[in-house]
Amino acid sequence: MKKLMTGNEALALGAWEAGCHLATGYPGTPSTEILENLSAYKEVHSQWAPNEKVALEVAAGGSAAGGRVICTMKVVGLNVAMDPLMTFAYMGVRGGLVVIVADDPGCSSSQTEQDNRLIAPLAKIPLIEPSDSQECKDFLKAAFEVSEKFDVPVLFRVTTRVCHSKSLVEVGRRREAPIRPYEKTGKYCSGPALSRVNHQRLEDMLPKLEEYSESSPLNRVEWGDKSVGVIASGISYQHAREVFGEKASYLKLGLTHRAPSRLIRDFAREVQKLYVIEENDPYLENTVKLLGVDCVGKARLPLVCDLSPEIIRAALLGEKPAPPYRIEASPPPRPPVLCAGCPHRSAFYAVSRLKNVVAANDIGCYTLGMAPPLNVTDTIVCMGAGISAGLGLERVLRLSGQNDKKVFGFIGDSTFFHSGITALIDAVWNKSNLAVCILDNRTTAMTGHQQHPGTGRTLRGEESVALDIEAIVKAVGVPPEQVRLVDAYDLAAVRGAVKEAADSEGVFVIISRAPCALIKEAQKQRAGMSCRIDPEKCQKCQSCLRIGCPAVVRRGETVSIDAQSCNGCGLCFQVCKFDAIGKEGGPK
Amino acid sequence: MIKSLLLVGVGGQGTILTSKILSEGLVQLGYDLKMSEIHGMAQRGGSVTTQIRYGEKVYSPCIGAGEADLLVAFEKVEAVRYLASLKKGGALIVNDHEIYSLPVLTGAAAYPENLGPRLAELVPGLKLLNANQIAAGLGNAKAQNVVILGLIVKTLGLEKHDWPGVIRQFVPEKLHGLNLAAFDKGLSA
Repeated sequence: MKKLMTGNEALALGAWEAGCHLATGYPGTPSTEILENLSAYKEVHSQWAPNEKVALEVAAGGSAAGGRVICTMKVVGLNVAMDPLMTFAYMGVRGGLVVIVADDPGCSSSQTEQDNRLIAPLAKIPLIEPSDSQECKDFLKAAFEVSEKFDVPVLFRVTTRVCHSKSLVEVGRRREAPIRPYEKTGKYCSGPALSRVNHQRLEDMLPKLEEYSESSPLNRVEWGDKSVGVIASGISYQHAREVFGEKASYLKLGLTHRAPSRLIRDFAREVQKLYVIEENDPYLENTVKLLGVDCVGKARLPLVCDLSPEIIRAALLGEKPAPPYRIEASPPPRPPVLCAGCPHRSAFYAVSRLKNVVAANDIGCYTLGMAPPLNVTDTIVCMGAGISAGLGLERVLRLSGQNDKKVFGFIGDSTFFHSGITALIDAVWNKSNLAVCILDNRTTAMTGHQQHPGTGRTLRGEESVALDIEAIVKAVGVPPEQVRLVDAYDLAAVRGAVKEAADSEGVFVIISRAPCALIKEAQKQRAGMSCRIDPEKCQKCQSCLRIGCPAVVRRGETVSIDAQSCNGCGLCFQVCKFDAIGKEGGPK
Repeated sequence: MIKSLLLVGVGGQGTILTSKILSEGLVQLGYDLKMSEIHGMAQRGGSVTTQIRYGEKVYSPCIGAGEADLLVAFEKVEAVRYLASLKKGGALIVNDHEIYSLPVLTGAAAYPENLGPRLAELVPGLKLLNANQIAAGLGNAKAQNVVILGLIVKTLGLEKHDWPGVIRQFVPEKLHGLNLAAFDKGLSA
C-alpha cells in the first residue's frame, strides 16, 4: 500500500520497519516530527533529551548495549552533539546507530545554513542523503546495515525540503532486529591509548566503505542523453531531473561519504559536459575535482540559500523568463510575531519601557521580542546564550565603565533545560550583575509544543517528574531574595520584578510563567474571552499599540481589538491609562 | 502533464489542512504527487505557502516564477506577494479577506487598496470570493478554508471525486456537517 508521507513521517516508519529499539533527540525545525511520529509506534522506545549532546550520548550507550538506535536533531543541533559524535565514531557501534541531522538550506527557521555533509569526512563516518520520502524510509533501513557492517555511526543528512515535502511511500512491515547480547569488550573506553588504535581502525575502514559505495544500490546511474551529465544528491537531484529531464544522464548519489571514485570517473568519461548540482557548499564538487575530473558547479550555482529548478535553469541554462503578471503594489511585510495573548509579551514590554537596557536573547518564540515595537534584543546567538552572552556583554560594559547600562538576558523554559543551567552557574560563579528573565510557558513552543523536563510528561505522554525551575535557579546559587516568580499576565507584578532586577546587583532571576496561549488546554480555558475598547472612553493615545499585539488593530486614528484573535490576556487593558479597555467573557 | 498549484495564506488560516485534503484526493485519483510546505515560524502570523505538483511522475516539489497553473490566495495581499508565480493563462483564486500584519497594525506599512478590481483587470477570469463571510453564514468563519477547497476542486474540474469522503478523513466528526456545507458553497461559488 502506498501512502502520502512527509520525509519525517517516512523516517519514523523506516526506523520502525528497521527494528529500531531506541530513539532520542531534541526538537528543532525541520527535524521535530521524526520522533513525534515514531512515538506512536510502541515497539520503539522514543524519548526527548534535554539537548542534542545528551541525546547522542544516550544513543551511544544504547548502541553499545546492542540496540538499534536513532538520534535526531536540527542543523545547529549537531554543533551541540559534536563532542560525543567525534568520539563515538572512534568507538564504533554494537547495535546500528544512525544520527539524523536535518539541515536547513535557506534558513527557513535556523540561525545558520551550515552544510553538515562536511562533518562526515571530519568524523570519518559514512554519510547518506535521501531525496524523497520513499528514499527516507529505504535509505534509513540501509543506514542501519551500513552502521553495523562498518562498525561506525552513520550521519544521515536530510534537508527542509525533504523533511517537509510529501510524496508516496510503500508501507512495509517491521522486521525485528534482535538486541545483540551485551559484551564487556573495553572497545567503548576511549582513553588515549585506545583512541590511537581506534583512529587507525577508522582509516582502515574508509577504503572498504568506498569500495562498498562503488556497488551500493544507494548510488545509481540513470542514462539519458550523454551531452550533459549531472552528479547530484538529496533534493538537488529532484530539481535537476525537473530541469534536464531525459536530456541528461544522472549519477544520483545516496551514499556520499565515501563517494564512489570509480563510478564518478566512469560516469564523467561518458558525458560531454558535467554539472555537479548541490545546495550550499561544494562538497560533491570538491570530491569530483580531487579525482582530477573537470566539472561545473559553484562557479555558476549559488553558495547561499536552497536551490530550485528555477534557480538551476537561470544559473546553468541562462533561462530567466519574466513573470507574466505584474502589479504595481508592494505587499506589506508579514514577519512572524508574538501571538495575540502570548505570555512572553509582558516581560518584553516591561523591559522595553526602561532606558539604557542591553538585552541578550535566545532561540525560541521569544526571539520575536526583537521585533518592533518591543525592540528588546541586542544579541541572538544560540541555545543558552541568552544568559551566557548576556554575561559577556555585562562584563565588558562594566570593564569599560558603562555602568549606566543594565543587561537583561532572556531565555525560555525548554532552552533553560537545554543549555541555560550551565550558563546561569557561570553568571553566579563569576559574580555577574545580569538580570535573567526565564519566560516559562510550560512547553517547547516554537517547534510545536513538545514536552521538556519541566512539563511533567515524557514524549510518549507518560507522567514523570516535573523539574522545578525556581528550585534549580536557587540550587545553582542565586540567592532566594534575588528570585521572583510572577504570573506573566499580571503586568504590575512583572513590571515590579523587572524594576527590582534593573536596580539590583548580582544575578537576579525573574521567572515569568503562564502556559503558551496556543496550548489546547489554555485555548479551552480562555475560549470566548476577549478585550474590547470602549470608543467613548478611548483617548486615542495609542499606548496599547506599544505592546505589539496582533489583535490590537489600528485603522487611521481608531484602535480596536479583533475579538477573533484576542484571548483576553488583558495586557492591553493593563496599559490603558483611561480605563477604556474592558474584558468580555469569563474563564470557562 | 504536470500541474502545479500554489496555496498561500497566513499562519492559522488552515492552508495546510486544505493542501492535505487536496493532496490525498489527488493521490486517490491515481496521480503521482509532491507537496511541500514552508511553515517554520508561520504559526506566529507569518506567510505560509504550500506547493502541490501532480501528474504522471513528479520530481521537484518546487514551483518557480510563472509556473503555477493555479494560485490560491487565502488572504488578499498574499495574492500580490506571489503573483509572479502564476503561469500565463493560469487560474487565480483570491479570498476577499484582509489580515493585517504587525507593520500595518502599527502604521509602519500600508495595506494596498482596491486590490480586488486591480487583480481582476490583470488576470482574466479571477475568482474573487469572501470565503470568511460565506463560512460565517454557515456558523463558523474558520471553515473558510474548506469553502476555498470547493472552489479549487471546481476550478480543477475534479468535482466527480468523492471529496466529502476525503474531508471526513481529515476533519473531526463533530465538524463534518459544517465542512461539507462549506465545501458545497465553494463548489457552487
